[in-house]
Amino acid sequence: MKLDSKIPSGPIESKWSNHKFDLKLVNPANKRKYTVIVVGTGLAGAAAAASLAELGYKVLCFTYHDSPRRAHSIAAQGGINAAKNYQNDGDSVHRLFYDTIKGGDFRAREANVHRLAEVSLNIIDQCVAQGVPFAREYSGYLSNRSFGGAQVSRTFYARGQTGQQLLIGAYSALSKMVGSGAVKLFTRKEMMDLVLVNGHARGIVTRDLATGKIESFAADAVCLATGGYSNVFYLSTNAMACNVTAAFRAYKKGAGFANPCYTQIHPTCIPVSGDHQSKLTLMSESLRNDGRIWVPKKQGDNRPPSQIPEDERDYYLERKYPSFGNLSPRDIASRSAKEACDDGRGVGPGGRGVYLDFADAISRLGEKAISARYGNLFDMYQQITGENPYKVPMRIYPAPHYTMGGLWVDYNLMSTIPGLHVLGEANFSDHGANRLGASALMQGLADGYFVIPYTIGGYLAEAKQSAVNTDMTEFKLAVKQTEEQIAKLISIKGKRSPTSFHRELGLLMWDKCGMARNEQGLKQAIDKIPAIREEFWQNVNVLGDAANVNQSLELAGRVADFLEFGEMMCHDALHRNESCGGHFREEYQTEDGEAKRNDDEFAYAGVWEYTGLGKKPNLHKESLAFENVKLATRSYK
Amino acid sequence: MNLTLHIWRQENTTAEGRFSTYRVEEISPDMSFLEMLDVLNERLINKGEVPVEFEHDCREGICGTCSLMVNGVPHGPEKGTTTCQLHMRKFKDGDEITIEPWRAKAFPVLKDLVVDRSAFDRIIQKGGYISANTGNAPDGNAIPIPKPDADWAFEAAACIGCGACVAACKNASASLFVAAKVTHLGLLPQGQPERYLRVTAMVEQMDQEGFGSCTNTYDCEGACPKQISVRNIARMNRDYLKAKIMGN
Ligand SMILES: Cc1cc2nc3c(=O)[nH]c(=O)nc-3n(C[C@H](O)[C@H](O)[C@H](O)COP(=O)(O)OP(=O)(O)OC[C@H]3O[C@@H](n4cnc5c(N)ncnc54)[C@H](O)[C@@H]3O)c2cc1C
Ligand code: SF4
Ligand code: FES
Repeated sequence: MKLDSKIPSGPIESKWSNHKFDLKLVNPANKRKYTVIVVGTGLAGAAAAASLAELGYKVLCFTYHDSPRRAHSIAAQGGINAAKNYQNDGDSVHRLFYDTIKGGDFRAREANVHRLAEVSLNIIDQCVAQGVPFAREYSGYLSNRSFGGAQVSRTFYARGQTGQQLLIGAYSALSKMVGSGAVKLFTRKEMMDLVLVNGHARGIVTRDLATGKIESFAADAVCLATGGYSNVFYLSTNAMACNVTAAFRAYKKGAGFANPCYTQIHPTCIPVSGDHQSKLTLMSESLRNDGRIWVPKKQGDNRPPSQIPEDERDYYLERKYPSFGNLSPRDIASRSAKEACDDGRGVGPGGRGVYLDFADAISRLGEKAISARYGNLFDMYQQITGENPYKVPMRIYPAPHYTMGGLWVDYNLMSTIPGLHVLGEANFSDHGANRLGASALMQGLADGYFVIPYTIGGYLAEAKQSAVNTDMTEFKLAVKQTEEQIAKLISIKGKRSPTSFHRELGLLMWDKCGMARNEQGLKQAIDKIPAIREEFWQNVNVLGDAANVNQSLELAGRVADFLEFGEMMCHDALHRNESCGGHFREEYQTEDGEAKRNDDEFAYAGVWEYTGLGKKPNLHKESLAFENVKLATRSYK
Repeated sequence: MNLTLHIWRQENTTAEGRFSTYRVEEISPDMSFLEMLDVLNERLINKGEVPVEFEHDCREGICGTCSLMVNGVPHGPEKGTTTCQLHMRKFKDGDEITIEPWRAKAFPVLKDLVVDRSAFDRIIQKGGYISANTGNAPDGNAIPIPKPDADWAFEAAACIGCGACVAACKNASASLFVAAKVTHLGLLPQGQPERYLRVTAMVEQMDQEGFGSCTNTYDCEGACPKQISVRNIARMNRDYLKAKIMGN
């Protein structure tokens, strides 16, 4: 496997514009001769499919949802960053670039991040033109807020529904192209495999989730925009169906998988309430603007919060990080909550929770002002927990939320398989070891609207591959393998449900490869996962018919992939003998418990190459050069 | 708590469906309604019975996937709430609960409680957009939008495309869904050039999909988890009429 990042030469500010000029163009009359498959209709996929179709390419677009509008991007609450500097508070492309590199703990590629900051400006314009109802001031101009610990107000938002409104914008652009016939849309079709011809990505195999039919589709290039893998932990803030299958099958076909151990644990989620828990709900980070986080000073103090006097409370973020306090970055806030709970000072059932208290803000600003800011979040909290957060502090706990790791891509968003492009959360490109709030929506739309439409042309103009069709052996073989796997899953008829395996794996991953990791635990997990996998293939029980709606079968296929993927994730976490961003290795910390990076040995992206089931994958390294932002210790004290 | 569930089971679109009765025990009031169904399904699988198919994804009330008729009410008894955000503390020990799919000619049942709502997508494909190809856009602040318009547009844009409005309506009309989109885009300056073409195309597609017509019973508003207002329907009707007069 060769990793050529294809970073253009020249100063960082002009790399992207030079590159756009240097890229070969596809003649407008020729574009309609090219077919591009786009898998995924979240922000990244819908934006890409619509934009490519507008350029004249023939697009086949796939989603396992019943409608493109249901992609998990819909759930993003907080907002989307852009360096517009509408607030005149000193923001700039360079500052957004700088913040993202630093926030990613110096583990992202400078050139990609700078491009992201540049096109952030166009994203907002594009979305407004589509009718995305961003929040506005009385003047009629766009409103901004500061989010996720940023020192400037660069976040655009649409109440607590930014993801929904952005996705509806991209979905409407996509729908227009579907209506015009330029995009052929396939809903309820899950990609099961990638098809390679002469080493190039030329198609996919799908299963129809209503009829069970296995089919294949051919194209000149394939784009995966299939989202993140947080559900490897079973419980996460992701939607129930989010999974790693598409990316993992591409990995098994030769695509390098980068930094799988970089996972983001979001500090403000509603804690687990019992064994029945099926997913975790995020409470927007914006709550930390007014809420104060604390636990009792005494261990095992189970008095109700109102009876714990001020001087017996530990406002631990304010204490440890006086300048950022409750707005400390996600990884730091999450880890501190875990420490407090590990120390026996957690609150609520099971002791895995900390208070997020609005009493001060309510007495300072009044209940009305707080309700105007967070009313819908407070209602949601009450609906789920049955507790009234105006009266008692919220209880929160960190939960898996976002995955920075993903398929490795070069500057053109192409993976190590020629023709296979990867966009959005599914790739590894822009967030390094930790993602800043409001930056994932930005990246998904940047990739889809403003990067892939240029770079795919460069690939198609140069690749010059011969025509393929689904009657070729490569396609037939891939279809057959998928059919066999499905038949196998149905035939096992064991004793355990797919969910029970998913839960078992998730608990193990959370325990050994979650918020804090150590060598011993990771080795245990690497031992244990193959055993769970083996049992799965002997004892899973998938009932019902393969030629019908069958959610157990869908889940079983996804869990099967998680059971292989989890092992690779642990290998990555084990090899990275340092702490950085979302990856905290207990052995590598400073005296006061902060993450200790090791730039001399680990300033690279770790890219894994598949070598066979149960075999340790091969590690390749893309070293990262920091020429525009000086390597420095991230400090929020 | 212990409950008796009467659940609609149907093998596929053409098969005849029927209710099956199940008992679930030791349900915690902290569970969501869908987690209660998860418990049922785990138990069915362990007994070797085929689990109940129902749709869901985000379980946060935003993706619009969940779609259950609970005791004859779309999304169940709590106002302004999707099925996934409904919690078992709203029920009592010993309750009997009837669970059905959305019922409408335009939403055929695929299996059990899963229906096909792609008719909604086809309506949007006919005109539920503003044509602004990537790269065409002027600066985001080039067109100030009066806050009241922006706020109303936002409220209409909050529709999650769940289809509860159709399920609640005795005519199975999709008017609230269509009106929400027509209003969202029709109130914004960017949406003006296509305003009348849009409403005509969308309303006509709605009719073609086999949705019924609106007779102003307003059950849709009551069932809508996002509390989309019926005043949007009045606005849509005005635009549609105007479009007809203009010859669109
Ligand atoms: C609760 C929550 C809140 C968030 N809030 C914010 C925020 O405020 N700001 C921010 O910037 N980010 C936020 N994020 C992160 C952000 O929402 C996501 O990272 C981003 O939306 C991912 O977009 P995507 O297009 O890459 O993938 P997704 O939106 O996840 O889309 C994936 C698509 O791929 C399809 N798919 C996947 N696998 C297959 C397959 N095998 N076959 C066919 N189709 C497939 C799915 O159907 C779907 O259409 C939040 C995330 C969560 C979970
Ligand atoms: S109008 Fe309301 S009920 Fe109808 S689809 Fe939209 S959100 Fe659902
Ligand atoms: S599952 Fe997404 S709205 Fe209910």
